[in-house]
Amino acid sequence: MNAFEPASAGRRNFLRKSALASGGLVLGFYLNGTTNAAEQVAKPSAAPGAEFRPSAFIRIGRDGIVTLISKQPEIGQGIKTSLPAVIAEELEVSWKDVRIVQGDLDPAYGRQSAGGSTSTPTNYDEFRRLGATARAMLIDAAAQTWKVPAAECFAADSAVHHRPSKRKLGYGQLVDKAATLPVPEAKTVALKDPKDFKLLGKRISGVDNHAVVTGKPLFGIDTKLPGMLYAVYEKSPVFGGKVKRVNLDAIKALPGVKDAFVIEGTDDLRGLLPGVAILADSTWAAFSARKQLQVEWDEGRFGGQSWAGFVAQAKALAKKPGTTQLRKDGDVNAALAGAAKTVEADYTYPFISHASFEPQNCTAWFRDGALELWAPTQNPAAGQDLVAATLGLPKEKITLHITRSGGGFGRRLSADYIVEAAAIAQRVGAPVKLTWSREDDLRHDHFRAGGFHFLRGGTDARGKLIAWHNHFVTFANPVTRDGKTTLQTGSGGSLSGDEFPGRWIDNCHLEQTAIECGVPMGPWRAPGSNVFAWVFHSFIDELAHAAGRDPLEFRLEILGDKAIVSGTGERGVPYDVSRMRRVLLDVADKAGWGKKKLPKGQGQGIAFHFSHRGYIAQVAEVTVGKDGSLKLDRVVVSTDIGAQIVNLSGAENQVEGSIVDGLGTLMFPEINIERGRAVQGNFNDYPLIRISDAPAKIEVHFVKTDYPVTGLGEPAFPPLAPAVCNAIFAATGKRVRQLPLSRTDLRWG
Amino acid sequence: MSNYSLSINGQSRSVDVAPDTPLLWVLRDNLDLPGTKFGCGAGHCGACTVHLNGVPTRSCMTPVSTVGRKQVTTIEGLDPKGEHPLQKAWLLLDVPQCGYCQAGQIMTAAALLKENPKPTDEEIDGAMAGNLCRCGTYLRIRAGIHQAAAQLAAGPKKGSK
Repeated sequence: MNAFEPASAGRRNFLRKSALASGGLVLGFYLNGTTNAAEQVAKPSAAPGAEFRPSAFIRIGRDGIVTLISKQPEIGQGIKTSLPAVIAEELEVSWKDVRIVQGDLDPAYGRQSAGGSTSTPTNYDEFRRLGATARAMLIDAAAQTWKVPAAECFAADSAVHHRPSKRKLGYGQLVDKAATLPVPEAKTVALKDPKDFKLLGKRISGVDNHAVVTGKPLFGIDTKLPGMLYAVYEKSPVFGGKVKRVNLDAIKALPGVKDAFVIEGTDDLRGLLPGVAILADSTWAAFSARKQLQVEWDEGRFGGQSWAGFVAQAKALAKKPGTTQLRKDGDVNAALAGAAKTVEADYTYPFISHASFEPQNCTAWFRDGALELWAPTQNPAAGQDLVAATLGLPKEKITLHITRSGGGFGRRLSADYIVEAAAIAQRVGAPVKLTWSREDDLRHDHFRAGGFHFLRGGTDARGKLIAWHNHFVTFANPVTRDGKTTLQTGSGGSLSGDEFPGRWIDNCHLEQTAIECGVPMGPWRAPGSNVFAWVFHSFIDELAHAAGRDPLEFRLEILGDKAIVSGTGERGVPYDVSRMRRVLLDVADKAGWGKKKLPKGQGQGIAFHFSHRGYIAQVAEVTVGKDGSLKLDRVVVSTDIGAQIVNLSGAENQVEGSIVDGLGTLMFPEINIERGRAVQGNFNDYPLIRISDAPAKIEVHFVKTDYPVTGLGEPAFPPLAPAVCNAIFAATGKRVRQLPLSRTDLRWG
Repeated sequence: MSNYSLSINGQSRSVDVAPDTPLLWVLRDNLDLPGTKFGCGAGHCGACTVHLNGVPTRSCMTPVSTVGRKQVTTIEGLDPKGEHPLQKAWLLLDVPQCGYCQAGQIMTAAALLKENPKPTDEEIDGAMAGNLCRCGTYLRIRAGIHQAAAQLAAGPKKGSK
């Protein structure tokens, strides 16, 4: 009767043991063929409170409750809802019967990192198989109970049904039987036909929403442990500066203060920076004591750097050849000399902070040579690694609990705040919560790199783009490893020779030069893309207008008719032109591109961008007042992220958020650098977009294709800024070549 | 340190803290009410919004010594069952992304709806402009307030509360 191949004793034993221990069937394994998943998941995680909780993705209780583990950090991208929904779909469990638990950092879960919009594409297929395998076992358990062929049974609504006799058994009733069954090979299990999906593709409200709207503790900053001390950490305003002198005795005498000390730190600009820790019996006591700190800093060698200095350096460097040659096709100079129209333009954008809404924080408890961490993090393994390397602790002595993050945007891929909390806790015999102020957060960010693009382009007599030259001046941090210092460009601060429109133009020269700086840089939502799309689609627009061409038609001509443009070199990424053409034509159609006669002061702009495996095109419609005020009236988005939208509400929310974030980032933020310091420190001088600036209308369209399912945390962000700036040009004739937008005078008439 | 007797969500709570301690930190550290969030510590962002006698107030800028006998309402006490029309609307329309700002958004919106049960988009923007959302859920916040307003208008048939 058993249709399955016998599994190894190890797996059977594990499943039986788990069932006994938790009073339910544990179906959890990483089904990738190469992993001995049963051995991995048999290891209990070191969760506090110490009830036995095996590392597994699916747990079904005798009460019929299905507990699903969310392996990825939840930062607002909705992964805690969408990935469990993928399991639930294949498992045929009613969503109301599902409980979702955030998993700790645990090798049993595989890679746990929320970055690069990778959570969906790297887990979707595997999570379907997880759910389907569990479903097959439950069906088999019911078939054996009834002594009927499994083929006569089907699963639906958290139960197995016997078609001929109309009998049914709820999943809770099948737990004990299913726990004795071997796990079938993943490839023998049939996946559902997506047309039969009941949950995926629908609007699913976020699983933590109720806790969010009723104020339940969820976030890292909400962590509270018995006897916990509250910590602040003061670092040098000049990045990497060291403590020379500090009034520790005076600080220790202040009310509520329990301890204060200097941490030596390391030279790593993105690691444990030197500083002064203050521990107190409340957050406010720690914040108040900090105001009394008097620190004399050795500012190191970055005290003289400034944005104004960087601008001057960039201008000088642009006159020389780039130090890195990224692409050289044809002969740009000859093509420009023979061009009918040429355009030269410099595009500039500043350093910006992430401004994740929950300030950086981490709770750490060091006892008996082991460290336990509670962290709002996008990359828990990076936290564990940095702490292990910096404090000399073995990794297995570091437990990390992933809390919900109040925003990420790439900031929490870094682990500086985690290692700070760990280093403080190592010196204190109590749990410690480190809380950064907003000023810490904005000024000690790992910033989105600023940059300068010196562009030349030309079109021929028919208005076709024939030449493109870009000298990109970017930034690099010195990084010391094993006594050797090298320069590393910031995340997203390096241009690929394949970046559009490289590969498409006969005469194309791309080159790059980096300015050394001590401003720490890190990944910021859609790294690179978040500014490259703005620069390149703005300049393409300039060239289209110079040639008297329609911006859409001009772009379609550049893209060409070839279905796929292959990547350069072994690691080159192919570009599916047919997918981009489809969303571009779709967005033009939905927006009524070029069909409206708009008065002066109103305009439409178009842009597209491929990033994070997603093909996205946008049309923006703006009104610019004579006083220069900007209103984004409507944005139309066409999106191709593959064959399946997992959670329609979540997907729309990500696109809407990307549009609003794209607009806010275009309009407001800049981190100025003066005397080696980040100037802006709070939302008065680093404004975020407000509801009154948000677009009136965002229309999101998904073009369904047969391609693999991909992520949406980032790719809808990049096209917004160029679409808006191109619309501003259409409305006013003013070209925005510098960010933020407030640096361009948009008054007209 | 001084002793303060506060009225929080209809209950009398007593704390012993420094007089300049912002109400925000009293709620979070002393009274285990972490729903009120720390965003900027300077009154710029609205994440810490609570009601003092029904008036939306930045708790990060409100020293505990100034609270006196005023009734403090936090997100935890907005509705005894967590079923305020705004809370229900937020679930129905899946408003949050990261969720960090949403308690403050809801507290400001609840005060708005008390004054103006049927606000227009412009009135919503005016009332909500001090509450920042880094994820950019503003269109859903607008829709959520309209949804709650509609539910309030249809209210009485829904039974008592």
